[in-house]
Amino acid sequence: MAFLTLEGVSKEFGTFTAVRDVSLTIDKGEFVSLLGPSGCGKTTTLQMIAGLVEPTEGRISLDGRDITREKPNRRGLGVVFQSYALFPHMTVAQNVAFGLEMRRVPQAERTDRVREALMLVQLSSFADRYPRQLSGGQRQRVAIARALVIAPPVLLLDEPLSNLDAKLREEMQFELRRIQRKVGTTTIMVTHDQAEALSISDRVVVMEAGRMTQVDAPYRLYEQPSNAFISSFVGKTNLLAGTWRRNGASSAVDIGGVLLEASAPEIAAGTPVTLSIRPEKVLVRDAGAGRLEGHVVSRFFLGSQWLFTIETPLGTMTVSTPNQGGEPPAEGSRVGLDWSPADLRVIAGTAAAA
Amino acid sequence: MQKNGPVALIFHVLVLTFVLAPLVIICLVAFTPENTLSLPTTGLSLRWFKAVFEHPDFMASFWNSIWLATLSATLAVAFAVPAALAISRYTFPGRDFLNALFLSPLIIPHLVLGVAFLRLFALLGATGSFAWLVATHIIVVTPYVLRLVLAALSGLDRSAEQAARTLGAGEWTAFRRITAPMILPGITGGWLLAFINSFDELTMSIFVTSPATVTLPVRMYMYATESIDPMMAAVSALMIAITAAAMLVLDRTFGLDRILVGQR
Amino acid sequence: MIARSSTLSAPWLLAGPGALFFFGLVLLPLALTVILSFHAYDHSTGIQNTFTLSHYVTVVTDGYYLEIFWRTLRIAALTTLICAAIGVPEAYILSRMRDPWRSVFLLVIIGPLLVSVVVRTFGWSMLLGSQGLVNQALQLLGFPSVRILYTETAIVIALVHVMLPFMVIPVWTALQKLDPMVEAAAWTLGASHFTALRRVVMPQVTLGMLSGSLIVFGLSASAFAVPALLGGRRLKMAATLVYDEYLHELNWPLGATIAIIVLVANLCIMLAYNRMVEARARRTLG
Repeated sequence: MAFLTLEGVSKEFGTFTAVRDVSLTIDKGEFVSLLGPSGCGKTTTLQMIAGLVEPTEGRISLDGRDITREKPNRRGLGVVFQSYALFPHMTVAQNVAFGLEMRRVPQAERTDRVREALMLVQLSSFADRYPRQLSGGQRQRVAIARALVIAPPVLLLDEPLSNLDAKLREEMQFELRRIQRKVGTTTIMVTHDQAEALSISDRVVVMEAGRMTQVDAPYRLYEQPSNAFISSFVGKTNLLAGTWRRNGASSAVDIGGVLLEASAPEIAAGTPVTLSIRPEKVLVRDAGAGRLEGHVVSRFFLGSQWLFTIETPLGTMTVSTPNQGGEPPAEGSRVGLDWSPADLRVIAGTAAAA
Repeated sequence: MQKNGPVALIFHVLVLTFVLAPLVIICLVAFTPENTLSLPTTGLSLRWFKAVFEHPDFMASFWNSIWLATLSATLAVAFAVPAALAISRYTFPGRDFLNALFLSPLIIPHLVLGVAFLRLFALLGATGSFAWLVATHIIVVTPYVLRLVLAALSGLDRSAEQAARTLGAGEWTAFRRITAPMILPGITGGWLLAFINSFDELTMSIFVTSPATVTLPVRMYMYATESIDPMMAAVSALMIAITAAAMLVLDRTFGLDRILVGQR
Repeated sequence: MIARSSTLSAPWLLAGPGALFFFGLVLLPLALTVILSFHAYDHSTGIQNTFTLSHYVTVVTDGYYLEIFWRTLRIAALTTLICAAIGVPEAYILSRMRDPWRSVFLLVIIGPLLVSVVVRTFGWSMLLGSQGLVNQALQLLGFPSVRILYTETAIVIALVHVMLPFMVIPVWTALQKLDPMVEAAAWTLGASHFTALRRVVMPQVTLGMLSGSLIVFGLSASAFAVPALLGGRRLKMAATLVYDEYLHELNWPLGATIAIIVLVANLCIMLAYNRMVEARARRTLG
């Protein structure tokens, strides 16, 4: 059932259109990520939902109620800001209590709910500290507790993990998901980090230049990107430009005369296309075996896997293989490359950068 | 980090001597037991400080200056804080003009301000009242407050205020509970800087004070042009002490080097 | 950047009272003074209701006024030069100190800015007087006593003291922006200490020095307390001249004329200063 709905929402700043015609329906309890490079309009979209930016056009409704023009303090949404935006002159407990105070919650109930919220983010013993006495990860948790304590119908997270170091970031990803599962609050997160979006969301909304270009579950987004930009932005991929050929029942991509069998029923023959193949879907065989010949230009050891750069007649390809314990093909050696035709993704049009 | 050579250190000591010499000599002469301006060679005496406290004109001027500085610094804050909010938070036609207008007393010589006020008050028939004196001092010290509050606002993370709004605070509550406490050091620093500047002001005041409203610097100037005795040194030493105390507070609240150097 | 169309009146509500106050007490009096400078003046009957350019003509042709203007420019220029000669090396020395000395000495150098000019000038009049410390020291060393008080020398010395912080501050700010390692980097590339100073440090310092010089020049040229207390009756500068015209001669229109000339000269200098600051901002951005 649609809980939060955006209908044709746009935002113009002067002559610049930051967000263009975004329509989105989010169900109760869902965790949705807005993913895109910086400047794609994802943060503006979030701010419009929060009421910090007023849409130029369109309608936003929450649980059947139109909130498009409602002031942020009347919406009752929980927002976690990128900078955390903690109040520096208040203690952790005072920060968390602020929203309850604004709602005139009685003192006794306030104390209880603050204690519960701090317990939820595992900061019970830090209640009387000031934000400057906390680490980055702890500040993050305070910000989440402050947003959740008012029991908001929707939780909005603006790049919540971008100020944390790599290790803490991974930890907080799971922490975020744990908290969200436990509380069951509908959550929208803005991020530019595809791994973050894929790992914790129920659905991912990809945005490019102010537009929504794909809305899908993480694994579908990864396996069936709708355009070349998404296929290279979400995960690593090899993009090869070619032309679509069809010959009766069989079809293939023609790349400089080499035909690679693939299927894409909806594309007309003769169309320029981009072929996308993920590095982990390519298998490294002995020279002579497989569909394509190449030689190893460089190889990098990443612990759990090997990453090869292989020069082929089709161009340079990146290939990754799991570390099986043995010595893989050396730099300079010839290898054969193989794959299952079902793993080739054919996208109409040419990629801007291959 | 490179070190300074001996030549540099000697130069540094000479500069320090030059900077401190007139202040040190005042503080020494203030304690002389003699009747003339001389260094206390035979012993220290507080007689000239006593003379200051028993001098009705100096005491009247001292309290006059304290009231003047307190009032004008406070009213300058009342003008500057909302003005700073308007200038830093909104884009509107005339914003640059307003900013320039509020800061203009910094680039108009005080002498020119003095004669301009004199002309205005002469036409209004308002010369000599304390209220008008306060008004002129507000003009002179408001830019200092405005600059510090603007700096505090520009260094402020707006999202804290937005967070308060999303948590249910109205605009006024968000300002009172979040923004104001966060820019309080800037306001305090601005008030103190305004107080000191008003308390020290001579060139403009000399044109707009009347016998009933003579400020301490003007009184000292008049006294110094007529007679010179160690009482002048005692008053000066007291002023140095007051300024130093204010500087200390200023340094604690905002960082003096930040106020004097780092204003952008 | 919450700029809602419905709140267009908000900035004017916030800044309006202050704007009105400043309009009435800055722009209006200045305009009245400009008008005053064109009023005719008669020594027996005072300000006339007829308008004339004669005050401007008098000021730029009469040798008496020209001499005072010339003296004002000379003293301001000399003060600026000496401030640069002392302030620039001192700022450089300060920037090479370690904390806490660095902040302590910076405060000692710029702190006097907050002490009333009357007090500082009075200190110098005691030091430079015929029986002052400087003369006593000279006599002790066997030199004849010299007359410093009530000379241009005394004015320049005290002005340098008053203005020095205004030179140190911009140079210090410029030096703060300089990575302390760039000088060392120049040495590793084979530059001598002097070459490193000249080629790496000086270009940074020059802009700070120029903006400091403009402020010092502008403030010196309109200084009142120092020439009034240390220059005596005869050695007038522009500011003391205005004071005399207003409060002794009572020729307000002539005083207003000189004040307007001082104002315009100052605004030109400040405009140049702003240009320079903006140019520097552009350079560091682009």
